Amino acid sequence: MLHIYCPHCAEYREEDEFHCAGQAHISRPLDPEACSDEEWGEYLFFRKNPRGLHHELWVHAAGCRKFFNMTRDTQSYEIKEVYKIGEQPSVVAE
Amino acid sequence: MQKYSGFGLFKHSLTHHENWQRVWRNPTPKKKYDVIIIGGGGHGLATAYYLAKEHGITNVAVLEKGHLGGGNACRNTTIVRSNYLWDESAALYEHSMQLWEGLAQELNYNVMFSQRGVYHTCHTLQDMRSNERLVAANRLQGIDNEMVDAEQLQKEIPTMDCSKNARYPIMGASVQRRAGNARHDAVAWGYARAADALGVDLIQNCEVIDMEISDGKITGVKTKQYGVLKADRVGCVVAGNSGVLAKMAGIELPVESHPLQALVSEPIKPFLDTVVMSNHVHGYMSQSDKGDLVIGAGIDGWVGYGQRGSYGIIEHTIQAIVEMFPCTSRVRMNRQWGGIVDACPDASPIISETPIKNLFFNCGWGTGGFKGTPGSGNLFAHTLADGKPHPIAEPFSIQRFHTGALIDEHGAAGVAH
Repeated sequence: MLHIYCPHCAEYREEDEFHCAGQAHISRPLDPEACSDEEWGEYLFFRKNPRGLHHELWVHAAGCRKFFNMTRDTQSYEIKEVYKIGEQPSVVAE
Repeated sequence: MQKYSGFGLFKHSLTHHENWQRVWRNPTPKKKYDVIIIGGGGHGLATAYYLAKEHGITNVAVLEKGHLGGGNACRNTTIVRSNYLWDESAALYEHSMQLWEGLAQELNYNVMFSQRGVYHTCHTLQDMRSNERLVAANRLQGIDNEMVDAEQLQKEIPTMDCSKNARYPIMGASVQRRAGNARHDAVAWGYARAADALGVDLIQNCEVIDMEISDGKITGVKTKQYGVLKADRVGCVVAGNSGVLAKMAGIELPVESHPLQALVSEPIKPFLDTVVMSNHVHGYMSQSDKGDLVIGAGIDGWVGYGQRGSYGIIEHTIQAIVEMFPCTSRVRMNRQWGGIVDACPDASPIISETPIKNLFFNCGWGTGGFKGTPGSGNLFAHTLADGKPHPIAEPFSIQRFHTGALIDEHGAAGVAH
């Protein structure tokens, strides 16, 4: 069970209140019409799957319902930091 | 290979079972192989066996970083079925099912394959519709699958609450009667023993730490214990760690690794002679020959390599099981564990060539890899022997995530996805 600090509520809450929405910092192609099939496929389906540090997008679904980012170790499950959307992580995955 | 039989058992009992042959050798790796298979789980060992048996390629090594069948092969809930929706999947899983049906004889190893039926219960009208669609599709594909109503279901599974008093009353179920389960360890051990007998080298405690790639072509792998081992072709069958190996090769895979949990109860008297799955209330259960209730949960939503998941997932599953089988409410749970499953966005596996020449991946089986073991090995062996995929494996190429020809099995893949 993860114990997660919501940067919007400024409180620790149990994992049950949150939902992981996958890899963070994915930006939509600026000109989708100009994308090749490869680029569009990469954008839709290919995700980083690291054994180690990972940046994830989370939502406090049963709380403030706001999104935020998390840097987490996928091996030890240790949460390194949480930061708001638009901010950059201080602990950076390779 | 020493043949196992009733007579052999009697003969060895006269010497107090002290003279059984070792089941497989423990060889030191050669410097060069025709094919190296990374991953000594069920799928990897099956691949090695079929390479040797059907394609005559015996200069093969299986590299396993731990012990044989020590990953997801010994962590799954052993369900075997072939009632998937799309023709591509039906062909794949039915190919596997037919191999299952003759497997114990073929391997001369009792894999305890038991065709006790698998029920998918329906709790809503939408459940009923989608299961009826699945049944209709399966019949067109020549695969057995049928609907039963709640009254009939109550007769077939008396311990299940099929009344209208349940929170989510059961309206009916689809059942594949040829489906069932098997002994997970025996499958890995049976394939290992048969592959070893055909000359395949099974190298345990041998971790791959890098790949030797030059000019876009793989020439071998670097291992922690034995240095560089050369190979003409390399096949990766490492389930949850596929992403880690792909990174060594410098390629990307459309898979994410998640923890998937399961649990077993204390042994109790026989009360469930089949397998019940509910996609709606989210739990599935069977009873093992020892009497334990084997219960499968869903995956954790986040990427995890830790072979353990969160408590909330198990709690949710147990609620579902107690809802369907109120008589289990005071059964105590014995053990609980997690495995790492590599899930694809369309819930179908990848059996494919890669941008690196002579490097092949068999991954993305997600939460349903056990049932695919024989078929997966059989088709992947074909891919490794010919350098191009078998017609059944062709739609399961990595390319489908670029062309858009996905094989969406989220409905049929069941509870865990």
